[in-house]
Amino acid sequence: MRGSADFERVDEGGGTTLRFTGNLSLACLRDLPDRLNAVDGPVARLDLSDVERLDTVGAWLVHRFARDHGSSIDGLEADEQHLLDQVAAAEHPIELPRKAADPFTRMLGEVGDAIYVAGSTMYGLLGFMGATTIAFWNVFTHPRRFRFNATVHRFEVVGVSALGIIGLMSFLIGIVIAQQGAVQLRQFGAEVYTINLVGRITLRELGVLMTAIMVAGRSGSAFAAQIGTMKLTEEIDAMRTIGVSPMEALVVPRTLAVVLMMPLLGFYASLIAIMGGGLLCWISLDIPPITFIQRIREVVPLTDLWVGMIKAPVFGAIIAISGCFQGMQVEADAEQVGARTTTAVVQAIFLVIVLDAFFAVFFSEVGWI
Amino acid sequence: MARREREDVVIRVQGLRNGFGEQIVHEGLDLEVRRGEILGVVGGSGTGKSVLMRSIIGLQTPLEGSIEVFGENTIGREETEATNIRKRWGILFQGGALFSTLTVSENVQVPIKEFYPGLDQALLEEIAAYKVVMTGLSPDAGPKFPAELSGGMKKRAGLARALALDPELLFLDEPTAGLDPIGAAAFDELTASLQKTLGLTVFLITHDLDTLYAICDRVAVLADKRVIAVGTIDELLALDHPWIQEYFRGPRGRAAVASAERAQART
Repeated sequence: MRGSADFERVDEGGGTTLRFTGNLSLACLRDLPDRLNAVDGPVARLDLSDVERLDTVGAWLVHRFARDHGSSIDGLEADEQHLLDQVAAAEHPIELPRKAADPFTRMLGEVGDAIYVAGSTMYGLLGFMGATTIAFWNVFTHPRRFRFNATVHRFEVVGVSALGIIGLMSFLIGIVIAQQGAVQLRQFGAEVYTINLVGRITLRELGVLMTAIMVAGRSGSAFAAQIGTMKLTEEIDAMRTIGVSPMEALVVPRTLAVVLMMPLLGFYASLIAIMGGGLLCWISLDIPPITFIQRIREVVPLTDLWVGMIKAPVFGAIIAISGCFQGMQVEADAEQVGARTTTAVVQAIFLVIVLDAFFAVFFSEVGWI
Repeated sequence: MARREREDVVIRVQGLRNGFGEQIVHEGLDLEVRRGEILGVVGGSGTGKSVLMRSIIGLQTPLEGSIEVFGENTIGREETEATNIRKRWGILFQGGALFSTLTVSENVQVPIKEFYPGLDQALLEEIAAYKVVMTGLSPDAGPKFPAELSGGMKKRAGLARALALDPELLFLDEPTAGLDPIGAAAFDELTASLQKTLGLTVFLITHDLDTLYAICDRVAVLADKRVIAVGTIDELLALDHPWIQEYFRGPRGRAAVASAERAQART
């Protein structure tokens, strides 16, 4: 139907002429650019009178060839000449993408960047914690500015909706600890200590820690994505111009919700994990539930509960603040929302585990062993 | 004669019915777009101008009706067949819809690479470079990311991408909305000039009366869930429909006439 672009070389007395035929358009180019590149020597004329259709890509090729070889262009219709002129007028030098540096230099650069980013993020997070504290103080001194409904809604999203998944997770963790513990302790004939293991480790460590990880994944990420998207759609700017502080309207309810929900969820998780452990003890070690509960009461000191409950709100604050902080850092494009959400979760879990290590040392030192 | 007529119609929409749930947007909508014309589509907010465009380009499956582009049915087609039509049109979305992870220059190259793999990178860069300049952006916009551009610049970059394949058919969704008057006039001029040099058919959704007067060959008016009238502005003015009268005879309409007349007097 359509002739593909082609040209032939005619050597006449005065000089060389390239006579183009067919459709000089993107769809019909085929190998024309390569063949044009292969033409060498001076070419005096480009004859386009037999060209059926010319588009901007064709015009560009003709223009580029004429420019490089100093040829004149003949046989254009008025419209085609106009097109060629427009393309020629739009010409400007291009910069081809620069070659990447050598791998070693690049690695050094990336390590440097990563360290800088880690440092500046921690600095920013510290600042954001300060801003959050100030916002809490402002809300505390002006109770009318407290967003009761938003906060209660967050309670539901962060706390109540998480009950199912956290319960299931904790139950399974309880079973796994009991089962693994029983297998190992049986070697010393000390299976009965499985109860100590389950009771103490869930209340002291795992109940709250696993809950924190789950909440970071569920709610920390959601905070970052929500606030990040609100930044992109200029909702946060709109809030500021109306005189609503985004810190008070968005960050305070979320942080408060997580700080209050974390101890409750952590306690609930510990309890369910103990039930899971108890079930396994009943089934595989023949320890009836009543004995299990009695032993738990004897071997688990109340301080274990306090250790978990003191850590929970701190973890909650870290999760909420890093989620909101990363959300607030979103600028410019949608890709950042994804990147910041990931960072929020990773940062929250990392900080929670670091803090957990500090808490472990601290509580041992104060004698809550 | 009948065959010739069919060839001269680039887009033919018949009996289109669109709706979202309970809400019906289009009902029995007919529209023809002829080859080589700039058709302006106007209508109040919420009359489904963008939905009509999305139906034609296949982003929205209509409840009923048939849509032909280049004489081929576009509804319920195989993906492989659809690409043959997609090569022949370019689309500028309202916000530009640039790929945010690519630079402007890379955005322009995406359709070319997709449909014509095998062109060498230097030529691609050159093509992208002159397209960017042709749409009125400054040359240094090429290596920038969309996030670094203003709204008007994004539109121009979007147009550069829409024109990447030198399409026969161009869809523009409110190209001049959000541009300053000088930028909007330049955009109109650019559209008209490209239309003339490339022989484009343009489907142009707009609220801009100046654009309608300056470059549109015909105008289609969307109201009451269908196209109530198509014609030149003079033909539309002769109709006795209250919305059309208010649209073209309102204060903004009169101002646009005056400026169009001034522009005519100058040339």
